[in-house]
Amino acid sequence: MSAQKTERLMNLLIMLLVQKRYVTKERIRDILYADSSDEAFEKMFERDKEELRSLGVPIEVGTTDPLFEDDPGYRISPSEFALPDINLTADEASVVALATKVWEHARLAEATSEAVRKLSAAGAELDVTALDLVQPRLGADEPSFDIFLEAALEHAPVVFDYQRGSHAPERRHVQPWGVVRSSGRWYVVGFDTDRDDERVFRLSRVRGEVRRDGAPGSYDIPDGTDVRAIAGRLAPERTELHAVLLLRPGTGLPLRRGADTVETGVSGPDGQAWDRVVLTRATVDLAAEVLSYGPDAYVVEPGELRDAVVARLDGVLS
Amino acid sequence: MSVRQPVQGAREQVARLLALVPYLHAHDQVRLDEAAAAFGVTERQLVKDLRVLFMCGLPGGYPDDLIDVDIDALEDPEGDRVIRVTNADYLSRPLRLTPTEATAVIVALRALRSGATSDATREVVDRALAKLEQAAAEGTSTPLVDPGDAPDAALLELRARLQDAVGRQRQVGLVYYVPSRDEESVRVVDPRGLVEEAGSIYLDAWCHLAEAPRWFRLDRIRSAEVLDSMVTTTEGPRELAPGIFTQEEDVALVTLDVAPAAYWITEYYPVEAVRPGKAGHHQVDLLVADARWLTRLLLRLAPYARVIAPSTYAEAFAARARETRALYGSVE
Repeated sequence: MSAQKTERLMNLLIMLLVQKRYVTKERIRDILYADSSDEAFEKMFERDKEELRSLGVPIEVGTTDPLFEDDPGYRISPSEFALPDINLTADEASVVALATKVWEHARLAEATSEAVRKLSAAGAELDVTALDLVQPRLGADEPSFDIFLEAALEHAPVVFDYQRGSHAPERRHVQPWGVVRSSGRWYVVGFDTDRDDERVFRLSRVRGEVRRDGAPGSYDIPDGTDVRAIAGRLAPERTELHAVLLLRPGTGLPLRRGADTVETGVSGPDGQAWDRVVLTRATVDLAAEVLSYGPDAYVVEPGELRDAVVARLDGVLS
Repeated sequence: MSVRQPVQGAREQVARLLALVPYLHAHDQVRLDEAAAAFGVTERQLVKDLRVLFMCGLPGGYPDDLIDVDIDALEDPEGDRVIRVTNADYLSRPLRLTPTEATAVIVALRALRSGATSDATREVVDRALAKLEQAAAEGTSTPLVDPGDAPDAALLELRARLQDAVGRQRQVGLVYYVPSRDEESVRVVDPRGLVEEAGSIYLDAWCHLAEAPRWFRLDRIRSAEVLDSMVTTTEGPRELAPGIFTQEEDVALVTLDVAPAAYWITEYYPVEAVRPGKAGHHQVDLLVADARWLTRLLLRLAPYARVIAPSTYAEAFAARARETRALYGSVE
């Protein structure tokens, strides 16, 4: 049964691949589905096309007769069908082979293996000599990951409930452009049709199920869309800050790391000996970091940072 | 649903045949066992595949139209077991990558690039990436997945070294930064395993300093030296669920009043319960193993989080805040 089906799929593929012109549905039926009833043929033919397409076989639909446009025909263009000449060298092919071990996500692990099978069929020999590599792993545990990825690949709009901060979940309608990982979390980038603007959503904040909200191909991803850049643009801005702090000896180790200068034995506000640390760093909230060290860290300058720390402490003590 | 099932049945066989024919084309005199190994299937399965291929070909129906496979060479005891397929030139090129395949392999390679520990290897990955990206761009779609901030190569190297120590059951000397105490500690541990949770990698180990099992976050390990001495404790790695902070003994349930600006802690730390309160505030219950840790967290969040109960934690926090504020004197 399965062998018969394989044979039929292969023959359909070969038939459409070797013909220069579109092949009519009628001719396809005569040759490959001769024993089937009308209804069975329609069903089988639809499913067979879908299975071939899911493997990456580009089946084109067109008309065989310019005067009778309602008579559809099918073909596979050899140049669209074949993998472009990639010519991987032996060391490149080995790196590509290692890629199969990166994904810890069933669907993408399988897609990678399939890709590598196609790529290595083209001929390159593996050369597993001394590659200095530590194998990274990529997981995607968020249940909505697959649906967002699929939607972005197929240009299919989605609808889901999304919880921002402490607000109640809100329904969002989005055209996904891609998924991005940052600090171990996955985000989807896309066009929010309610807000009429691009937005980034964290997958772990999606509540409930993500559903399709339109047919595949219902929108275009703008040319040159760089999902990483958009995610970065919408992230909180880090400002480069130059600060002078006093730290008690032996404390605030993360602040000392990468400091410009550290000077010991400096007299502090309480008359004790402190370390004077000068640092320049890109940070979202240096006041919060300094505050976490409590009375072991003291801001000398800039004035704004000092004021922010004092104001926040006054907020606690008022 | 839109999520496709793993390749199986006829679809899987077609996928294999479409890769097998180009493979045989590109390599000379491939024997059955070599091809079976390359495709990860049994020789028997491969002969089955080839028997189906033997039935396929051009639609004319004449013997010359069919693909020819030398089955005798494979099945005859005297056969040389070399796979010979002829009359299949139109299948000699591998199939184009689907958008999902292109995305998956390119993202995996970008991740691999970040694991490269030498410039020479990085250069090889870049070459491979450039070729694949070009091949993908010629197709219908470009990858829409970004694996994100490249994990630090030093961290990956540390992970590999610790993994090796786990495998060889060697003790490890650690210098470890403890944020709640703001100090670096030196200790010898028996490593048990590595786990990943919410973007951080942890070493699970028996700590000979604490004489208890401990988790060590890799980005807080300042140095790790794999020792020659064998581990002296034997227990498998622990389950990391539901959260590391609940693993400790002597935990206290603390209730906080959290303003919207500090609400992010409910996503960052495992919390026991969240209840909405007035004016966008929430009551958050969390388990606290170390009072110093909580005080530092509250200082960091100041003034957007307060302790509702127990009052000892509120007092400890207020005392620390007062002490800090006193350093600045009276501000005009």
